[in-house]
Amino acid sequence: MTPQSLITTVVFAPLIGAIVAGLFGRRIGNVASQSITTGLLLLSAVLSWTIFSQWTWGGLEPFTIKLLPFINIGDFQSNWSIRLDGLSAVMLVVVTSVSSLVHVYSWGYMAEDDSKPRFFAYLSLFTFAMLALVTAADFMQLFFGWEGVGLASYLLIGFWFKKPTANAASIKAFVVNRVGDFGFALGIMTVYWMFGTIQFAELFPKIPTMANEGWWFAGSYWHAVDLACALLFVGAMGKSAQFFLHTWLPDAMEGPTPVSALIHAATMVTAGVYMVCLLSPMFEYAPYAKQIVTVIGAVTALFAATVGLAQNDIKRVIAYSTCSQLGYMFFAAGVGAYQAAMFHLFTHAFFKALLFLGAGSVIHGMHHEQDMRKMGALWKYLPVTYAVMTIGTLAITGFGLPNLHLGFAGFYSKDTIIESAFAAGQLYGGVAYFAFVVSIFAAGLTAFYSWRLAFMTFHGTAKWGHHDDHAHAHGHAHDDHASSAQIETHDEPLADHDHGHGHDHKPHESPVIMLVPLLLLAFGAIAAGYVFVDHFVGEGWHEFWRGAIFNAVDNHVLEHAHHVPTWVKWAPLAVSAVGFASAYYVYIMREGMGAALAARKGPLWTFLYNKWFFDEIYEATFVRATKFLGDLFWKGGDQKIIDGLGPNGVSALSYAIGRRAGRLQTGYVYHYAFVMLLGVAGLLSYALWAWA
Amino acid sequence: MTGILSLTTFTPLIGVAAILLLRAFRSHEDAQTINAVKWITLVTTLATFALSVLLVMQYDPANPGFQFVEDHPWFAGLHYRMGVDGISILFVLLTAFLMPICIAASWFSIDKRVPAYMIAFLVLETLVIGVFCALDLVLFYLFFEFGLVPMFLIIGIWGGKNRVYAAYKFFLYTLLGSVLMLAAILVMISVAGTSSIPELMNYKFDEHLQTWLWLAFFASFAVKMPMWPVHTWLPDAHVEAPTAGSVILAGILLKMGGYGFLRFSLPMFPQASDLFTPLVFALSVIAVVYTSLVAFRQTDIKKLIAYSSVAHMGFVTMGIFAGNAIGVQGAIFQMLSHGVISGALFLCVGVVYDRMHTREIAFYGGLVNRMPWYAATFLLFTMGNVGLPGTSGFIGEITTMVGVYEISTWTAVVAATGVIFSAVYALTLYKRVVFGEITNPALADITDLDWREVAIFAPLIAMTLYLGVYPAAVFDLTQASVDNLAAAYRAAIGG
Repeated sequence: MTPQSLITTVVFAPLIGAIVAGLFGRRIGNVASQSITTGLLLLSAVLSWTIFSQWTWGGLEPFTIKLLPFINIGDFQSNWSIRLDGLSAVMLVVVTSVSSLVHVYSWGYMAEDDSKPRFFAYLSLFTFAMLALVTAADFMQLFFGWEGVGLASYLLIGFWFKKPTANAASIKAFVVNRVGDFGFALGIMTVYWMFGTIQFAELFPKIPTMANEGWWFAGSYWHAVDLACALLFVGAMGKSAQFFLHTWLPDAMEGPTPVSALIHAATMVTAGVYMVCLLSPMFEYAPYAKQIVTVIGAVTALFAATVGLAQNDIKRVIAYSTCSQLGYMFFAAGVGAYQAAMFHLFTHAFFKALLFLGAGSVIHGMHHEQDMRKMGALWKYLPVTYAVMTIGTLAITGFGLPNLHLGFAGFYSKDTIIESAFAAGQLYGGVAYFAFVVSIFAAGLTAFYSWRLAFMTFHGTAKWGHHDDHAHAHGHAHDDHASSAQIETHDEPLADHDHGHGHDHKPHESPVIMLVPLLLLAFGAIAAGYVFVDHFVGEGWHEFWRGAIFNAVDNHVLEHAHHVPTWVKWAPLAVSAVGFASAYYVYIMREGMGAALAARKGPLWTFLYNKWFFDEIYEATFVRATKFLGDLFWKGGDQKIIDGLGPNGVSALSYAIGRRAGRLQTGYVYHYAFVMLLGVAGLLSYALWAWA
Repeated sequence: MTGILSLTTFTPLIGVAAILLLRAFRSHEDAQTINAVKWITLVTTLATFALSVLLVMQYDPANPGFQFVEDHPWFAGLHYRMGVDGISILFVLLTAFLMPICIAASWFSIDKRVPAYMIAFLVLETLVIGVFCALDLVLFYLFFEFGLVPMFLIIGIWGGKNRVYAAYKFFLYTLLGSVLMLAAILVMISVAGTSSIPELMNYKFDEHLQTWLWLAFFASFAVKMPMWPVHTWLPDAHVEAPTAGSVILAGILLKMGGYGFLRFSLPMFPQASDLFTPLVFALSVIAVVYTSLVAFRQTDIKKLIAYSSVAHMGFVTMGIFAGNAIGVQGAIFQMLSHGVISGALFLCVGVVYDRMHTREIAFYGGLVNRMPWYAATFLLFTMGNVGLPGTSGFIGEITTMVGVYEISTWTAVVAATGVIFSAVYALTLYKRVVFGEITNPALADITDLDWREVAIFAPLIAMTLYLGVYPAAVFDLTQASVDNLAAAYRAAIGG
């Protein structure tokens, strides 16, 4: 098969699966639906790796296949296309690998759910939209994929549609993403009128022509490329849950855990990072926009890590961790090390999917308990899960020895990012230093919350056995309110499949079909960094990316990143060790200390536990203002003013006249119709008369 | 192929004749007669649709001018002049496409005065197609105004409880507009000495006069669209109209306003259009934001969708007055797309209304548990309403916004907030009606879509997706005429 037909199959196989399972799922049954979707996804994954290896080792050249015209008005030309280059080759393997493993895993995890075909159809639909996104050759298809994954995310967060909290979370996710898309859409319009094209291949060579130009937008005069990049970045902030637009991501944990792993950790939320890297030819000419990206990324990395310290729901901790890691990727791109951003995206996909699916295995084994305070000592009961989660934790904390250049996947990518920030600070100063300091500090926090999760879940004393009453009603009291700040844990409403074992059931290891994906991802979390470090960010990056990532001639960040002082190389490991030790002290040596700290409800803890009060602030401002204005315009504007002065006023007047004038006002519509006809006929007669 | 336009326009009247003939032979209205009437109507509308498809197939997209032109002297010096170009032809198709769907949707839900109802729809179809084909000012006016009468009757006779108030409001607003438009038409004819639309398009009216003429036409078209602040008749009319009436109202009658702007305001009064563009932009973005927020607070499903219609029409007016090719093409596309999607949404309301006889949002909830296919259908059109890429709703919104951006970035910024608000109200509605558990015992036995309903929705689903994925099909048809229009407009205003 040619690479062209391979990649076409990769993109469309999931769509076929989604259509078959979605439309005929109930007719063909669960097993058939699952087999078709999973089989097609595995095919996609195998072919993706084929393409990727041809790209990496076989010297495959970039190409674009045009399938069909999409929008074709003047210069606004968009085509349905499949673009293969270094970036899309990486994304293909990330998306299809994680997706196919999640498909397999879901056979076990969703075994007791009664709408399996729908679940698998949504998963495959998501995968298709994501592939359309990463293979887009112009902004319109990118936007299609962008919102398509948003749709799938909405459907999957709200998969358990009987839960009011799930419904609220799904709407929140969609709407907050739309806020980002508002900026994204304006960015696309700006690009179009600035450069007269929306096709990447035509656009990128034109960027330098506007490098020193200005642009009028919304009453102000802006630096042209900065403006375009900043607007597009708003879209990235929404999709990738960056500071200010992050509030939907933790709530998105209402979806089934495999969904969290696929969409809200490994793939969809990285779309923003992907976009910034894809648009590196633009961002390289947008110094201020890059600074915005750096600051937002760094602040997010720090913010989410702090919130992660105080959460008790195992999935929410990982969600904030995702948010934080995405921040790392963004400031890496912001300082100009797009390669490092993509590398971290790549490794993160493996270990974060691993952590989420591992958490799912814990939740499964704990009979749908998600509150880590009710876990503990699980390592004996879930040995495989424990082992792979430990690997995932080592990977996310970036454990490795800089002198040997040997470590887990996160070691290579995260340290490259930190070193790049330092190098950029040295070269250009400014916000890059800020990002560097923040990233070191956040690395310590990352180690703390990651090990805290591991210790609370797998070590210490068992808190499960005796008081077994799950916090079931917890979330249900809060109905369809958009704010769910206080909602902490939500048991996933999977049918309990072993009630036969009596009330006091023990945690149990997950079935093989769930463990195999975990083991494969664990392999990735160990090896993905070591194997690919040279290609992504090392000596071979020019050869690997082959023009897909652009660095301005004066951008030497990545080169310098390899030659930072020794203390910079060791700093992440040192702070991670501190984080590890603190977590060990608080949650193992002095077990109960964490709970005691929380029980004191000090101001710092309250601030972090409530996620810096973002939900409350948004609820009090945006949500209330929307409702207030809606009522004001409806009852005040439409009913009182417009109708009151308009038709109703006229009606009252004509009624008053009508009473005097006799019985003309009979209230029958026919009469109105008749009068109207008479009027029209009369006026027409006049017209003919006047003209003739 | 001359004559095909008249044939398409007047074929529905053949159905009317057949119904009258049938009634002449059958003195009493038994079930069999009623059934025959329904079938006659359905077949007639399908035949009209077939003719309109033929029309589109014969149409030469490369030729920007009017095609299939018919010109016969009429009376009093007037001409019966018909013709279509890239701007109007798709509205003919849309009308003919929606009509059979309306008839099928009324199959069981209309139980009084069925023959009269069917006749009203057939007459309406003739008049509406006539509006889009007329190339003579007086002929256009006749079709335009008389088209309101059947709609008025449909609301007034087959409407809900408050139908008289709604019909009255509808009437009052439209009358105001049409009187002013008629006056303007008379002035135009006396000044230019012709009532031929193609000739008037080349006639250069004095700038001062243009201002007045523009305002007079604007009064009529703005009410039809409807634009803020003359939109309040629409929610009432929709709420009271029977389902099929709402479909036609939203799907076609609203488009007569947008079509009018394109056919008259832009080409005939370019300087005035340019002068008033800021006003139109302001009213358009107010419509987008204001009515979206109002929609969010509605408690009646139909009202919510009606308000969302006003918001979506805001994109149309701003796209038209952007006056560039992409804005105008986007506006035409948005009208077509809205015709399909909002029509389908009103049909979605009709499905549950037929079963439960209420449109209160609070009455529903959890429908997905009993009606999975309905839930899927409703979801698709909700997403279309929200403007999700892949559905036709997206194309119209993005292209009109792109068009507007060139003229006014502020307008584009404010309009773009519409993508946020539409998600808020549409998804909230969907959640409250479809998701959750069934708590209302009245819904315990509600049934999913039956085959008739599936057949009604199928073409609408296909259209929404087809136009969403391959909008080029429409742009190919509209491009030449719109390029012409935009170029002439730009030349006239010296931009």
